Amino acid sequence: MSEATTASVQVQKSPASARWVTSIRTPVLVWLVIALAVAIWISLSDMPAEILTYREDIIYLGGQHVELVAWSGGLAILTGVPIGALLSRPAFQRVSEALLQGFNVGATIPTLAILALSMTLLGIGTVPAVFGLWAATLLPIVRNTYAGLRAVPQHLIEAACGMGMTPAQMFWRVELPNALFVIFGGVRTALAICVGSAPLVFLIGAGGLGELIFTGIALDELPMMLAGAIPTALLAVVTDFTVGRLQYYLVPRGINPLR
Amino acid sequence: MIRLEHLTKVFNTPNGPVRAVDDVSLELPEGEICVLLGPSGCGKTTSMKMINRLIEPTSGKIYINGRDTDATDPIQLRRSIGYVIQQIGLFPNKTVADNICVVPDLLGWDRKKTRARAAELLELVGMDPAAFMGRYPKELSGGQQQRVGVIRALAADPPVMLMDEPFGAIDPINREVIQDEFLRMQQALRKTIIFVSHDLDEAVKMADKIAIFRSGRLEQFASPDRLLANPANSFVESFLGSDRALKRLRLVRVAEAMLTEFDALRGDDPHARGKVVLEESGLPFAIVVDENGRPTGCLAGNAEAGVDAKVGDLARPVRATISTDADLRLAVASMFAQDMPVLPCVDDGGRLKGILTYRSVVKSLASAEARE
Ligand SMILES: Nc1ncnc2c1ncn2[C@@H]1O[C@H](COP(=O)(O)OP(=O)(O)OP(=O)(O)O)[C@@H](O)[C@H]1O
Ligand SMILES: [Mg+2]
Repeated sequence: MSEATTASVQVQKSPASARWVTSIRTPVLVWLVIALAVAIWISLSDMPAEILTYREDIIYLGGQHVELVAWSGGLAILTGVPIGALLSRPAFQRVSEALLQGFNVGATIPTLAILALSMTLLGIGTVPAVFGLWAATLLPIVRNTYAGLRAVPQHLIEAACGMGMTPAQMFWRVELPNALFVIFGGVRTALAICVGSAPLVFLIGAGGLGELIFTGIALDELPMMLAGAIPTALLAVVTDFTVGRLQYYLVPRGINPLR
Repeated sequence: MIRLEHLTKVFNTPNGPVRAVDDVSLELPEGEICVLLGPSGCGKTTSMKMINRLIEPTSGKIYINGRDTDATDPIQLRRSIGYVIQQIGLFPNKTVADNICVVPDLLGWDRKKTRARAAELLELVGMDPAAFMGRYPKELSGGQQQRVGVIRALAADPPVMLMDEPFGAIDPINREVIQDEFLRMQQALRKTIIFVSHDLDEAVKMADKIAIFRSGRLEQFASPDRLLANPANSFVESFLGSDRALKRLRLVRVAEAMLTEFDALRGDDPHARGKVVLEESGLPFAIVVDENGRPTGCLAGNAEAGVDAKVGDLARPVRATISTDADLRLAVASMFAQDMPVLPCVDDGGRLKGILTYRSVVKSLASAEARE
C-alpha cells in the first residue's frame, strides 16, 4: 500500500519537473549559442562600434517602431477577439462562414499591398501605418477566436445551460476559458506577422526601424542596415517569447497542453 | 413529486415533423427513482430535457412539487434541479472543486462553505479531498469523472435530479460499484430522480418505477417487480427479454422467500431422528446446527450408518450460507455454484433463520406475482 502511494507520488512529480527542464533548457541553450556567436563576432570585427554610432537613431526609431506595433497589435487584439466571438454566436451562424471566407481571401493580400491601399485611403504617416498593420494582424486573431469558440464541445455548453447559467455566464465561465489556448495561438501568430511587417511602414512615411534598414540598403551601408535589422529581430524574439509565456501561465492547466 | 401531463414534443425537421414524445403522462412520488427505459431514439432524453426546459414542450404540462414549470424562470428552475448529462460534461478549465461548486457559485453561496461541502461530497464517493480538490478533470480516471459528475449535481442539494445515462461511459464492474454507492447515498438523501438508461439490469436495480418508452409513447409505467411479472403488452414483454423471471430474482430478499418452518438437527441427535426429519421434509439434506444455532453441517439422506451413530459424525460441512438480507439472485447463484439444493439462511450473527430450496424460490416468485 505504502509502496503504491510513493510510486504514484513520484509518477506525478516527474512529468512536472520534466516540463520545467524542457521549457527552460531549450531557450537557454539557444541563447547561449547566440551569445557565443555574438561574442566571437564582436571580438573579430569593428562592426559593433560602427553600428553603435547609430545609437540615438536606434533608440528614437526603435521607440517609434514599438509604439506602432503596440498600437496595431493591441487594437487588433481588442477588435479581433470580439469580432471572432461575435461570429461564433449562433445568431451569426449564417453569415459567419461567408465572412470568414472573405477574411481568408483578405489574408492572401501581401502586407505591402495593404499598406499601399491604406496610404491611398488615409495618406501617409502614423495613422495609415497603424491601420494597415492592424488590418494585416487582425485575421489570425479573428479566425482563431472563432475556431476556438466553435470547437468548445456542445455537451459542455449543454451542461452549463442545464445547470442554470445565463448565456453571459456560459460565455465567460465555460466557452471563453476553453477557447483561450487557441485564441492565444492566434494572437501569437498575429503579433509575429505584425512585428515582421512593421519595418515596411517606413515606406508610407511612418518611420520606425524600417528607416534604418531601407536607407541602409539603399546606401549600401551594412552597419546602418544592421542597426535596424538586429533590434527588429530582437523585438520579434522578445514578443514571441512574452506571448508564449503568457499563454503558458494564463491558460488554466486543465486545458493547457503545454503543462 | 414530478407530474407530466399529456407531454408532447414534435420536432420540425426538413423531412417533416418528428413526434419525439407523444402524449406522455406519469406521476413520480417524492423521494423515488424513475428510470426511463427504451430503445435508442424512443424519446427518453427529450422527455427529460423538457423537465428542466432545455427543450420546450409542444404541448402538455410539467409540475414539480405542484408547481407548473412553465411559470418558473428557466434559469432558476435549472439551478434547483441537479443535472447529470450523458457525456459527464465536467468543465476542463475548472478544478474538481470548482466543478462541484458550479451551481452553489451561481447561487452566490459562501465560498468557504461550498468548498467544505465539495470536500464532504468527495469523501462520500470515496475520493480523498486532499488529493482531488485541486485536480483538473483530465487528471481523473473515467470512473472518478463520473463520480464527480454525479456529486456536482448534488452540490446545491436540489430536491430533484435528472440523470441521463450517468453511468453509461464506464465498464460493467465499476458501474456496479458506482450504482451501489449511489443507491447508498440515495437512501440518505431521498431525492426525486428521473434517470435515463437503456440497460434493463441497471433499471431493475436502481428504479422504484420504470417507464418503458417506444417511439415517443409511454408503454408501461410500473415498479420493476410488477413490470417483470406483468408486462402490459407484447412490446414490453419482448423488450424485457425471455429471461425476465431471472431478473426478478434480484428484487426479492432471501428473508421473503426462505422456509421458516423446518426441523434443524443437533450434532448429538441420533441418526434415526435425522432419518425421520429427512423423510418428513422430503428434502435431500437436513441442516445441523450447534448450540448457538449456527449451521455446522448438513445431513444427506443417503448417509449409511449403524443404529447408534450420531448425526454429528455423519454430517458433511456446509459449503455455503446466505444472509437473509441478500437478494435471491445471489442465493440462487451460490446454490448452483456450491451444489447446495438446501441453502441455510443466516442472520448477522450467523444463526440459522431459514432454509432456501429451489421450490421455495419458484414459489416466492409466483406469490410475488400474485401479490400484484
Ligand atoms: N433537436 C432535434 N431535432 C429533430 N429531431 C430530434 C431532435 N432531438 C431528438 N430528435 C429525435 O427525437 C427522437 C427522440 O430522441 P431522444 O434523444 O429523446 O432519444 P433517446 O430515447 O434519448 O435515445 P438514446 O437512447 O439513443 O439517447 C429521435 O428520433 C431523434 O431523432
Ligand atoms: Mg438519449
